[in-house]
Amino acid sequence: MTARTDSGASTGTGSRELPRWLTRLPLHLTVLVLMAIWLIPTIGLFVNSFRDPNEVTVSGWWTAIFPPENFSLSNYEYVLGRNNIGEAFINSLFIAIPATVIPVFVAGFAGYAFAWMRFPGRNVIFLTVVGLLVVPLQTTFIPILRLYADLGWNGQFLAVWLAHTGYGLPFAIYLLRNFMSELPREVFESADIDGAGFATKFFRLAIPMTIPAIAALAIFQFLFTWNDLLVAFVYIGAVNPDNLPLTVVVANLVQSTGGGWQYLAAAAFLTMAVPLIVFLFLQRYFVRGLTGGAVKG
Amino acid sequence: MDIDPRLFNAIVVVVGVPAALVGFILGVEFLLRLLPGPRQARLRPWLWLLPAFGFLVVFLIYPTIITIINSFQNDKGTEFVGLDNFAWFLGNEQQLSTLFNSLLWVILLPVLTVGIGLLIAVLVDRVRYESVAKSVIFLPLAISATAAGVIWFFMFLWQPASRPQVGTLNGILSVFGAGPAAFLQTDDFRFNTVMLIVVMAWMWTGFAMVIISAAYKGISRELLEAARVDGANEWQVFRGIIWPLLLPTIAVIATTMIITALKAFDLVYVMTGGKFDTSVIAFEMIQQFGFGNTGRSAAIAVILLLAIIPIMAVNIRRFQAQEAIQ
Repeated sequence: MTARTDSGASTGTGSRELPRWLTRLPLHLTVLVLMAIWLIPTIGLFVNSFRDPNEVTVSGWWTAIFPPENFSLSNYEYVLGRNNIGEAFINSLFIAIPATVIPVFVAGFAGYAFAWMRFPGRNVIFLTVVGLLVVPLQTTFIPILRLYADLGWNGQFLAVWLAHTGYGLPFAIYLLRNFMSELPREVFESADIDGAGFATKFFRLAIPMTIPAIAALAIFQFLFTWNDLLVAFVYIGAVNPDNLPLTVVVANLVQSTGGGWQYLAAAAFLTMAVPLIVFLFLQRYFVRGLTGGAVKG
Repeated sequence: MDIDPRLFNAIVVVVGVPAALVGFILGVEFLLRLLPGPRQARLRPWLWLLPAFGFLVVFLIYPTIITIINSFQNDKGTEFVGLDNFAWFLGNEQQLSTLFNSLLWVILLPVLTVGIGLLIAVLVDRVRYESVAKSVIFLPLAISATAAGVIWFFMFLWQPASRPQVGTLNGILSVFGAGPAAFLQTDDFRFNTVMLIVVMAWMWTGFAMVIISAAYKGISRELLEAARVDGANEWQVFRGIIWPLLLPTIAVIATTMIITALKAFDLVYVMTGGKFDTSVIAFEMIQQFGFGNTGRSAAIAVILLLAIIPIMAVNIRRFQAQEAIQ
């Protein structure tokens, strides 16, 4: 790996005997090959999702491009028409949106308290919250399932909303506290002189200035909950299959090889559509949240 | 008119819960104003933290403690059985194989993601289509393990040699007259587990690349130029300057990847269902729970937690050091 870095890199200074494009060829080739490796799997899925299901099982997707086969949207129509997948798409939205909104608010209050209020044990408590970041969800399932069973909440959206909020909070608090603690002190001090209370300072000053971090957090939490398989699998699971999100329904489709894997490509693309749209339009916030969270912390 | 009850509930929650939370804070501030000044200041932080603490205690702290207790109990939670559940896990060939697979994940995933991520971060810095290249590598991070699993299902697809190969990789192999290879069914030398890790690396390399790239761009160009002018070759520049400066960032990514590897469940569930000796501890925990073996399941969860705690400790120490600098 490092040897290749070297050969690609040495072209940067350029030896004088060869033309520049030739010395840079290995660099471009390496980058383009890596890009191809990353793209080809998804392209294959994309092509298959438009092919006749009978063709998918007897010839590779690459044979469909030259000459082009009869591509159509019929797989998507079929998949969306099958009750459980269309419903599962709606379920995914119903799960992900509240599971994004609630933790953002809760973490906002906590992040502000950690950043701008003085109290004994502040740092130790904050470090404990950061430590909770790595608690594997697995260690929490059994007791919470029992709790939900007592309350009769298993299989309901509420169970997943609350669990996602709890699981997402350590990262959310960490991100917002770090961002808020770097807001300019003078702004809050001049608000103090004007006699503003903490609620005013929070809603009128801190929140508007924290919008970039809140945007990054909301995108993360939305993608996390939309893409989640495990939490929905455990808390909704077999109790109430009607409430299962797209990830679980499509995952079960892979396992049941008897039941039409030729439609899998279209189903999988449906699960990808929302994250891809979010990613393409909001990539800037997404990357900023990542680098802000990880490089700094 | 009928409204979908789910939609109704979702709207109530999306509007109602934030309204209730904002109402809570306004109420807290209103009540605090009735108290004398010093007591206000003493009480306020705890009240602002209350909703968060509520969630953290109910969903993370309390269940973790209960699970630790469960791991020493029988499946019904009626009797303490000492270390029996742990002894079962460590004395069982199938479970040890699971542990070995997890170890492979923990080693290979950080190596692949950091290695390839570093290579790409350094290379794309020198081409004009950098942002396009980065988006392409980064894209799989946005999608679910389910989607990634299906994407690679079509890559790995395998048919008996007599039939045309429709899976991409076997299609490539057949061009060279080789194969077909049963990528996910072959457990010799843990080949299929390595294939699963490759898929995971395909998803997570973009994460490593983006962060390494940000750190790489933070390295002063003058410093690198100065070293080159002084006659250092590119390898020496990399080894002597770039690598040491990137090391703290790489350490953070590596720990994140180790934790991700330990928690790996989704991909295994989607692609093999734990069959063909591909199970990992996070998967086994759910599996045992599904069998009703609560005690054993809790013991596996505790083992997972024990594996993660040292990594967490390192991270917290790093965080403290960083706070001290600021």
